[in-house]
Amino acid sequence: MKRIPWTPIIAGIPLTVVGIFVLFSGWIAPDATQQDILTGVTPPGTPGHPFGTDQLGRDILQLAIAGARSAVVGPIVIAFGSMLIGLLLGTLAGYIGGGLDIALSKYADLLLALPTTLIALVVAGLVDGGYWITVLVLTVLFSPTDIRMVRGAVIAQASRPYIESAKVLRLSKRRIMFRHIVPNVLPIALTTMLLNIAFALVAMSALSFLGFGVGPGTPDWGRQLSDGRDLLGQNWGAIVVPGVLIIVTAAAINLMGDWLQERFDARAVAR
Amino acid sequence: MSVLARGSLGRYVAVRLAATLLLLLALSFIVFGLLHLTPGDPARNLLGPKNPSPEALEAIRAKYHLDEPFLRQYFLWLGNVLHGDFGTSIRSDVPVTTLLAERIWLTFQLAGLSFAITVLVGVPLGIAAAWRAGSALDRSVSVASIVGVGAPSYAVGLMLLYVFGVWLDIFPVYGSGDGGLDTLWHLVLPAITLAFGIGALVFKLTRTAVLGELQQDYVAFAYSRGLAQRQVRGLVLRNALIPVATSLGLVFGFLFGGTILVEVTFALAGIGNLLASSVTFKDIPVVQAITLLTALVIALTALTVDLLYYAVDPRVRKRGLQ
Repeated sequence: MKRIPWTPIIAGIPLTVVGIFVLFSGWIAPDATQQDILTGVTPPGTPGHPFGTDQLGRDILQLAIAGARSAVVGPIVIAFGSMLIGLLLGTLAGYIGGGLDIALSKYADLLLALPTTLIALVVAGLVDGGYWITVLVLTVLFSPTDIRMVRGAVIAQASRPYIESAKVLRLSKRRIMFRHIVPNVLPIALTTMLLNIAFALVAMSALSFLGFGVGPGTPDWGRQLSDGRDLLGQNWGAIVVPGVLIIVTAAAINLMGDWLQERFDARAVAR
Repeated sequence: MSVLARGSLGRYVAVRLAATLLLLLALSFIVFGLLHLTPGDPARNLLGPKNPSPEALEAIRAKYHLDEPFLRQYFLWLGNVLHGDFGTSIRSDVPVTTLLAERIWLTFQLAGLSFAITVLVGVPLGIAAAWRAGSALDRSVSVASIVGVGAPSYAVGLMLLYVFGVWLDIFPVYGSGDGGLDTLWHLVLPAITLAFGIGALVFKLTRTAVLGELQQDYVAFAYSRGLAQRQVRGLVLRNALIPVATSLGLVFGFLFGGTILVEVTFALAGIGNLLASSVTFKDIPVVQAITLLTALVIALTALTVDLLYYAVDPRVRKRGLQ
């Protein structure tokens, strides 16, 4: 009997919920940014506000639902963009090698020698160009690990018999790289991309927690957490709701990524 | 034979130090360049929201060399740094070295304390999980570590702050205390927060290393020769802990860089918190100094770790360092 794959089911539920938040927050949480300064902070359990309200009288739950979009969309773009860079440059470095390989490896070494959070904070904070600039900065900072990963996988593929036969058939380098090697690297690349979404989510929310990347008033989990820090004694909902959402989303993505990775590893062994 | 002979330890250290210097130089140039690409003006920030007079702006700019061309500013700064002068903070008008000296000890204490927690919890748990791979303990800690690796320190920190600071009222909620033991007491929650994610990583690493070693031929051989389990485990640990020990060195570097978020979360007056506020203010000299200092600490720990490798692993000593 086949075992029930519990991991993707358990991880899939919160991800589906967050996905629904991202797509339909306009309908689920229409009053997310509606302020009520006269009422101000209310504790959880207040009628109409299951998790209370923040300093500006905004409903914590609705604000968190609306904040999913800003917290999740950027990280997906970051992970996707940096994997595109990784696939392009990593394949070139791994298959063609030479000076390009050395230059790219040095570039990756340089960026990897630095703590990502710190550099992201300094760069994104100083440039201070809003959401999409921050996404761009993080994409560049995430790319070296992807370049390295793809490069390693390409080198492993390049010595396989099917590449040898492609060479014997005199296929062009470009065709070998992008029609034959890349499709075989893709599974592991997609897994890494998934895991990168979790890292980017944490990094992006960290920046908005510190006050960079997301404008004031925009619903966002990191921003909501930093606002909620001042309400510790008055409304625990203000930190618990966005905090749990960030932790659970990141954990669910990581679980899913780990599970996929193990499956691909098992398949690679079976081959 | 000279100390810089090919393949010698001295040459290796010299090359690594030179690479570190180049890295710092490149980094300082990038940070400097970024500051000049950005719209904000530190002179205006300093004079506040009121409309400042052109003369006042001029005076401030002249004082901090903000009116000089970009490259000249950079080299002026670099020249001073080489003399040990990191300039004066634009925001507080205090020498950067004084500002850092006041705060760096706290950051070191925080990083050190959470390093201790990481090692004392992550490594034994990793070993225990590997001994009983597949057991309930192994599976539950492994799942917890997946959550831990991904959990952002600021979210975890705020939860801990609420549960232990406000709800149970065991630990202080804000600030750094009045020095000594009181400060250590204030650092317990932040250190646990910081250790949470990296401890999970260390757990995973240790578990993988011990498991890998357990599958080696010499383990099966030792068992078949009739060695006691305790003796075999001793052998396994000696081999498995080499990669663990070296990765722990890198962990310290990461902890040092990761203190920013935790310091902001817990309102600790360390250099991470200073960096966050200095970035907002575009206080160039302070941002430069902290970025470089952090990169230097990380580069030096990485180098120390490689040398440690050399000291503990006879195989590396024989082959030489690359």
